[in-house]
Amino acid sequence: MALLEIKDLTLRFGGLCAVNELSLEIEEGSIRSLIGPNGAGKTCVFNCLTGFYKPSGGEMLFQGQSLVNRKPHLITFMGMARTFQNLRLFKEMTVLENVMSGMHCRTKAAFLTTVLRTRGQQREEKQIRDVAEECLEFVGMLDKKHYIAKNLPYGDQRKVEWARALATQPKLLLLDEPAAGLNSDEKARLIQLIRRIRDERNITIFLIEHDMGLVMKVSEKIFVIDYGVKIAEGTAQEVRDNPRVVEAYLGKEEEEETA
Amino acid sequence: MAETKKKAKLTNPFEGIVETLFRFFENKTYLYLFIGAVVILLVIFPNTSSRFTQEIMTNLFFYIVVCLGLNIIVGYAGLLHLGYAAFFAVGAYTTGILSSVFGMNFWLTIPFSIVAAVIAGLAIGAPTLRLRGDYLAIVTLGFGEITRLTIRNLDITGGAIGLIGIQRPVLFGITLNQISHFYYMFFILAILAIFVSYRLHDSRMGRAWEYIREDEDAAAAMGINVTTSRLYAFIIGSAFGAVAGSFFAAKMTAISPDSFMFIHSVMFLMAVVLGGMGKIPGVVLGCVLVVLIPEVARGIGPYRLLIFGALLLIIMLYRPQGIWPDRPAISSKE
Amino acid sequence: MQQLFNGLLIGSFYGLVAIGYSMVYGIIKLLNFAHGDIYMIGAFSGLVFLSIVSPYIGAGWPALILGMLITMLLVGLLGVFIQRVAYRPMLKAPRLSILITALAVSMILYNTVMLLSAGRYRAFNVEISSESFYLGALRLTETRVVLIVAAFALMFIMHMFITKTMYGKAMRAIALDRDTCQLMGIDVYKIIALTFFVGSALAAAAGIMAGVYYGTIHFYMGFLIGLKAFTAAVIGGIGIIPGAMLGGLLLGLLEAFGTQIPFIGTQWKDVFSFAFLILFLIFKPNGLLGRSESERM
Ligand SMILES: Nc1ncnc2c1ncn2[C@@H]1O[C@H](COP(=O)(O)OP(=O)(O)OP(=O)(O)O)[C@@H](O)[C@H]1O
Ligand SMILES: [Mg+2]
Repeated sequence: MALLEIKDLTLRFGGLCAVNELSLEIEEGSIRSLIGPNGAGKTCVFNCLTGFYKPSGGEMLFQGQSLVNRKPHLITFMGMARTFQNLRLFKEMTVLENVMSGMHCRTKAAFLTTVLRTRGQQREEKQIRDVAEECLEFVGMLDKKHYIAKNLPYGDQRKVEWARALATQPKLLLLDEPAAGLNSDEKARLIQLIRRIRDERNITIFLIEHDMGLVMKVSEKIFVIDYGVKIAEGTAQEVRDNPRVVEAYLGKEEEEETA
Repeated sequence: MAETKKKAKLTNPFEGIVETLFRFFENKTYLYLFIGAVVILLVIFPNTSSRFTQEIMTNLFFYIVVCLGLNIIVGYAGLLHLGYAAFFAVGAYTTGILSSVFGMNFWLTIPFSIVAAVIAGLAIGAPTLRLRGDYLAIVTLGFGEITRLTIRNLDITGGAIGLIGIQRPVLFGITLNQISHFYYMFFILAILAIFVSYRLHDSRMGRAWEYIREDEDAAAAMGINVTTSRLYAFIIGSAFGAVAGSFFAAKMTAISPDSFMFIHSVMFLMAVVLGGMGKIPGVVLGCVLVVLIPEVARGIGPYRLLIFGALLLIIMLYRPQGIWPDRPAISSKE
Repeated sequence: MQQLFNGLLIGSFYGLVAIGYSMVYGIIKLLNFAHGDIYMIGAFSGLVFLSIVSPYIGAGWPALILGMLITMLLVGLLGVFIQRVAYRPMLKAPRLSILITALAVSMILYNTVMLLSAGRYRAFNVEISSESFYLGALRLTETRVVLIVAAFALMFIMHMFITKTMYGKAMRAIALDRDTCQLMGIDVYKIIALTFFVGSALAAAAGIMAGVYYGTIHFYMGFLIGLKAFTAAVIGGIGIIPGAMLGGLLLGLLEAFGTQIPFIGTQWKDVFSFAFLILFLIFKPNGLLGRSESERM
């Protein structure tokens, strides 16, 4: 059974059909990409998966359980984490505090234990810090843990977002354009990181990306959508040679590179 | 954005001094010594002062308890609460009715008043917070008004006249009936409130509130249940208010609907916002100002609310973080 | 029948105030606490105007209508002024800050009027016949008939304005997506100011009409109507203008009939409306005309 199964997912905004009967499967332990021209509906797919948008129809199964009508925080609890296309860090808080947020759904201290500061609560607090620091170490940001998030350069802010998502201890990680705004050096390291996340942490990865080079290098299988409809799927080679994909992208390629 | 940034630069004349103080108290020994000195001064205070000043100080401690409770809702969770006096009334009337009508021991009434506040908090918080945070402002405003009308109209609450003959609490065989007794009682309550506030702030829950305040969607994506966290804050804050209300009833022995007006809710909010929402020393400072200004400047009497309203507007426009300064940004060192 | 008429009349006041509430919420997502006070200020300005002109032209219908138009203009401008000074700098600030700002504005407005009016009830004297006549079983007065006609006329004009003019379209567009509108070259701030103007003017009109209807006015009169208008706006679906009118009328009817139920006397009227609001939020949070929509991320 696939880790994630999407069947006939549809999302409408009034007359606009942002996602149209999309079906795809993501196997456990794989790295998959979702590509498509601007406005194709990629982010909408993620928003449906993570419970931020309510699909107009279709089914989404994660480890065999339906995600439809589930609240975002419960979906994260089930083991699906995401990053945002336009950074959504807790800007005024420190890097460490940002990453500690990921452990919230894995811990439970409530009012009484907090006020009494019981042994268990102290142990839990330490665990939260430890996991957060480990995740920061993993993305190479541990030395900046006390910086206020908004003061970091863009590339570092991205890293904090990845660490934060990792701290939720997911089984599936959704990355929305992780390479946007990174320089080529950082992109190369991102490719390494994505592989390490899968190999060392055993996390399945589903990413949206515009940088074709990166997508082709890192993912084993690619889904292409245009106007919310899946137009192709397959290996990098297969997708590249598919006439429908070429058609969807032709003439747009240049704009995107400069964008 | 640029507009607010520019205006926020209005500097506080005390900024420099306070910054130096922050540095100074970074040394924990100095900090504890200072706190110890203040506590000792406050403990011996009743022996050296008049009834009148003791009364004012008791009122100040009382304000600190109530406002720290409100601060959990407004400062920590970022929800505007405009009917806090109603929760305070729920506590006061629960104790009042149980004590004066049923003759129950004061200390036993406290759990009841907490339960009553939690129920009231759930009844308004649950439907409202599920929707959007800012509806809460109006719903609590309405609840405040409705509570006041209800206690005015019911018989068991004594109607417009209120309740009299609420029993004095007894502690270690001493009946608490002197102003100095209540001074110490509220002093201890205030210290407890400060303690609980700190513990909540530096915890998983406290951080969750901060995440939600910063970015609701991102917090949800990190697995935080936004609605429940807010509801928690709302209920904990309400319970704080109810406990303060119970003690208020015990101190006054008589309560009437006039103590729970919209104006009271506004004054509590004023203290929280003026000093600095979410910051415990800020809230304490706000309480000092709100309690002492009318005592010191007695002439402002009828203009008091107008002045406070204008002050509130100025604070929001030019210094939304309140009078108490934010901690200087942490440098990269541990 | 009589209840129906009274309910519609009071309901139309609620509706007029609720429109401003709902419009402002729709366009800048602000619960404008000061809106109830605008209504109160409308009533007081109307009274001041009448007391100035009545020695010359009396206080009959002509003076009243003139007063209403001038007051609507002045109070509308006051609304724009408040918007410019207090709310506009806060548009990008956290939601909590702008809410507190609105509270501060409300405090300033009503305390000012309280000091000026010495906190007393003021008689709203008009020279209009109060003779009643019957229409079937319905007891009517000239005043009431004129008031209800005027209220419905204002609502109708408002409806036309929103649906038929460019301004109305721009308002709805900004409510949907402010940033895009700015990019499209719409003068967003001008439209927001216009929203405040229209909303405040309608509230002021309702204030004067309430003054004529009840005969007395008081600085505290805006407080409760602010709450009721919010309730009305929620019933209709907040941000939806026809919804606000509908919600207002429904709430008016509900109160008129609610107080007829045994055990729920008039002193429980407000408790009744409020309980209704809470129930409404539980069972139909998007209002009668609202649809649930995913907010843009
Ligand atoms: N909340 C919403 N309401 C209305 N329309 C929306 C909403 N969210 C997205 N859309 C529309 O849905 C379509 C798909 O948007 P989406 O953000 O998924 O595109 P995308 O593939 O992620 O594009 P990009 O590469 O630019 O990120 C767009 O036309 C967008 O305008
Ligand atoms: Mg996208």
